[in-house]
Amino acid sequence: MGYVKSNHNTMGWPKPNISILFTTVSLFVVGIVVLVRVSGCEEKRSDAVLSTYLHLSVRRRRSIVRRFLGLRMAEEAVLGYLQNNDEINDSGEFAAERGIDHNEIVNVVKSLHGFRYVDAVDIKRETWVLTDEGNTYATLGSPEFQLILAIPPEGISRDELQKKLGPSVFKIACAQAAKNKWVEMGKQLISRKVQDVEDRVKNLLLQIQQGQGIGSDDIKALKARKLIVPQTWKGYSVKKGPNYAPKRKKVVTDLTRDNFQSGEWKEIEFKEYNYTAKGQPLEGGSLHPLLKVRAQIKQIFHCMGFEEMPTNNYVESSFWNFDSLFQPQQHPARDSHDTFFLEAPSTTKKLPEDYVQRVKQIHESGGYESRGYAYDWKREEANKNLLRTHTTAVSSRMLYQLAQKPFSPKKYFSIDRVFRNEAVDRTHLAEFHQIEGLVCDRGLTLCDLIGVLHDFFSRLGMTKLKFKPAYNPYTEPSMEIFSYHEGFKKWVEVGNSGMFRPEMLRPMGLPEDVQVIAWGLSLERPTMIMYGIDNIRDLFGHKVDLGLIKKNSICRLGIE
Amino acid sequence: MPTVSVGRDRLFAALGKTYTQEEFEDLCFSFGIELDDVTTEKAIVRKEKHLEQEEADEDEEVIYKIEIPANRYDLLCLEGLAQALRVFCGFQEIPTYKLADISKDAMHKIHVKPETSLIRPYVVCAVLRGLTFDKARYNSFIDLQDKLHQNICRRRTLVAIGTHDLDKLEGPFTYEALPPSSINFTPLKQEKSFRADELMEFYKSDLKLKKFLHIIEDSPVYPVIYDSKSQCLRIGPICFVSGDPRLSPVVTKFLNRMQLHAKQSTSDNKQCNFIVSVPPTRSDVLHPCDVMEDVAIAYGFNAIKDQAIIDNKGSKRLAASLTLLPLQELSDLIRKEVAMVGFTEVLTFILCSKKENFSMLNRKDDKSKAVIIGNPRSSDFEAVRTSLMPGILKTVAHNKDHPKPIKIFEVGDIAILDDNDVGAKNLRQLAALYCGANAGFEIIHGLVDRVMEKNGISFVSPGDKSGYYIERSDEPEFLAGRQARIIYKGKQVGTFGIVHPEVLNNFDIPDPCSFVELNIESFL
Repeated sequence: MGYVKSNHNTMGWPKPNISILFTTVSLFVVGIVVLVRVSGCEEKRSDAVLSTYLHLSVRRRRSIVRRFLGLRMAEEAVLGYLQNNDEINDSGEFAAERGIDHNEIVNVVKSLHGFRYVDAVDIKRETWVLTDEGNTYATLGSPEFQLILAIPPEGISRDELQKKLGPSVFKIACAQAAKNKWVEMGKQLISRKVQDVEDRVKNLLLQIQQGQGIGSDDIKALKARKLIVPQTWKGYSVKKGPNYAPKRKKVVTDLTRDNFQSGEWKEIEFKEYNYTAKGQPLEGGSLHPLLKVRAQIKQIFHCMGFEEMPTNNYVESSFWNFDSLFQPQQHPARDSHDTFFLEAPSTTKKLPEDYVQRVKQIHESGGYESRGYAYDWKREEANKNLLRTHTTAVSSRMLYQLAQKPFSPKKYFSIDRVFRNEAVDRTHLAEFHQIEGLVCDRGLTLCDLIGVLHDFFSRLGMTKLKFKPAYNPYTEPSMEIFSYHEGFKKWVEVGNSGMFRPEMLRPMGLPEDVQVIAWGLSLERPTMIMYGIDNIRDLFGHKVDLGLIKKNSICRLGIE
Repeated sequence: MPTVSVGRDRLFAALGKTYTQEEFEDLCFSFGIELDDVTTEKAIVRKEKHLEQEEADEDEEVIYKIEIPANRYDLLCLEGLAQALRVFCGFQEIPTYKLADISKDAMHKIHVKPETSLIRPYVVCAVLRGLTFDKARYNSFIDLQDKLHQNICRRRTLVAIGTHDLDKLEGPFTYEALPPSSINFTPLKQEKSFRADELMEFYKSDLKLKKFLHIIEDSPVYPVIYDSKSQCLRIGPICFVSGDPRLSPVVTKFLNRMQLHAKQSTSDNKQCNFIVSVPPTRSDVLHPCDVMEDVAIAYGFNAIKDQAIIDNKGSKRLAASLTLLPLQELSDLIRKEVAMVGFTEVLTFILCSKKENFSMLNRKDDKSKAVIIGNPRSSDFEAVRTSLMPGILKTVAHNKDHPKPIKIFEVGDIAILDDNDVGAKNLRQLAALYCGANAGFEIIHGLVDRVMEKNGISFVSPGDKSGYYIERSDEPEFLAGRQARIIYKGKQVGTFGIVHPEVLNNFDIPDPCSFVELNIESFL
């Protein structure tokens, strides 16, 4: 209902009433006659309505049919009357004169008003209705009257009288009769004081039941005895509306199979559509926002001629994660407060031994023109297993494999999970996605690195870049990449880059003139900037709102 | 990265030039350091005491907090920083470090006892002569020593440095390792002499020193220098860098700006070599490539841009034919199919608690499967998930208000122990969950059929190895009688079922759910 303009709402009528009416009507109508249809009803829904109807009991079906006929009668009465008369002054009187249930008139008027066939104005009246107790007395007579009738001329004992009337009636009756001075409450006997009494209470109650007015003192008294309660009566005065017609045109909200196939669509009028409201929300599946960005970045790499590295190995040895990257064993990054070391499997079982020797040597005493770090390199330290702290561990394995074959240039990338044993806050998690790109070829220079970074980042929409000298144990030179953010009006760090050190590449066996340029960044940070998310847990993890995943827009990175 | 706090005005005085903050930031950026924060001494105190932000006084000294690369130990004090920047800007010549010519008689001796190999085998001493400290200089010197302790000395676990006034000592010195009970020592700012073991107790209440005590506390011998301790000074090696001879004067100039003495030398093959002397302050220089980086920094990383291959499209030297990774591509194709039938993708954490991975799923840890973290910071990071189930159930628990039915899925890796090199491997899994007024077991069953259908796998009768079939299973995380294992080519590739009500309670999920998890590597 909410997607179609509903004028009846201007009068403050609750919408549900209308829809109950329509639903009821359509419940009957489907498969029998085409009449008013629930707005926004789809094919599927009308089938559902029909099947619901067919599943109802015969009694319930009859009652629906009766109700529908009642409504049609009421509608004909209202529209027919207004054809020759200006106004229905009071819907209550109108209903009573025609013997139609007032509720049906009310429902019809609401609906006709909604479609502007009529203009209806509220009428409210304060009336009184009998309580259950009041109803009892209206039938049986008031307790005090019953008491009088029960007292024989000679009088009666208290106990006997109570037995005749019952204790509760007796109690009320005694109090009221005494108040009216109708009885003598003697010690032995109760006897009449007056001979002829009128049951005024009963008469007043009957008058109220019939809708007649009574005096305000009487009202007060009956109200005090809780025999009547006030009730607001609602009805309408009704005039022709701007769309008045003696018979309701078929107004529908949708072209249906029925009105289409029957040809009825030619006569029916479509209810004005609410162009200011949104359409019906759709159900369906969605992909995760972060992975949508991942897909685009993957495509950018593919466009640039990069191949994906297999990164499906979270568990890694310190050797591939650190030592092969020429990170000294006492380097701060290897501290346990940055790295998740493993209890099981605690150590690695196999490493390429000849390569391990070359790595040991370059750390301890250098080689390939390097001085090395001059410390005792420990195998146990290299064997310690961990959850990879960067995907560069994979790059290292890939470059080592590349070095075992006759050299051919490669452009590699990966986007996958890495783990850091860090305190978790709005911008840091213990796991995140690292994007990494590398080019391995003969004679690469810093110019090539800067060139490829400009290419990559401009595809991400970052055209203004500058580079800051930085330190990284396995790259030399190392550059932090900054991009000018037009929204923040400042330079923002967007990634790290560098050329892998000879101390990393030579022991692998890569030829002397082969250089590797590489860069890395997180997937989360650019995504957060792009979608304006300031808490990483709103993007990634089990606390993410499913509604936001569904609403998230498509990612156009790399296509504009 | 380490941060050095220096007074702005003192720094500018040392540089001999005043900068606006922006100019100074630019200088830092091109040199490879970063102005991290601008504050005042009083602001730091206020912050430490969590006081309300008061109005800053005009006359408060402005402090620059500057981030230094982790390998540049020579920049960890105002003096080193100012000198490096002065040379970089061409305000001064490179200082030349030389050993003083000391007569043999005036030299000091230190004897190293063999027992020291039990605890700290090396000692290095240096004598700095003709040095006068004022308060500011002394503080800066002690700060530097402290910074070195924090950084290269790895909080004194690798090296400890001490400084002493040679005028008050007498050589020769000995470096020994003795049992703590036989060492007596009167520490700085203390009147009384302590035995070393007593001293350990005494300093346990000292906030600054107690964190270092563990380094030697359990050792049977403590290293001790009698009459002196010393500070190290290293004379670096000589590097050879070769390059284009036409660039020779330029390169020399650039190297000088980075505090490296460079001399050109010619070689027979027309190449131009540079002999570069690396001063003891530049312990970061390990390889000629470190020198080349300094040339590039001095030239300006951002000046290189002009000559760079801005766009490497059309570069001939790189192969244009690409190979895709089958597992990645298949995963993405399956993800799209599952989303197309109305499931919403979630992305959950790989790390979880042991409880979530086992007992909350009614499972027992038989230690044969899961990768376990040795040093978790919190219970959230105890294990690598062996199933996608805990993450998916936690997602449902955190989305109680989401309209039902909830249909979610994830394609992601789990890890299990294995016989490969590292002892564990990843497995690529697909998991999906339905949650609504009823558990929707048949919907999840339907999803299994759909995934199989889209992979071109046909439904076969039990025992047939050409396709897939399902059979009754008995897993503790699912409700008995409403669960099945999925058999493909005769092997189990997954399970699905109504999530056991106890498991739902464990994860605080009020609505019934059905769940499927299957390994998609089997479809490759």
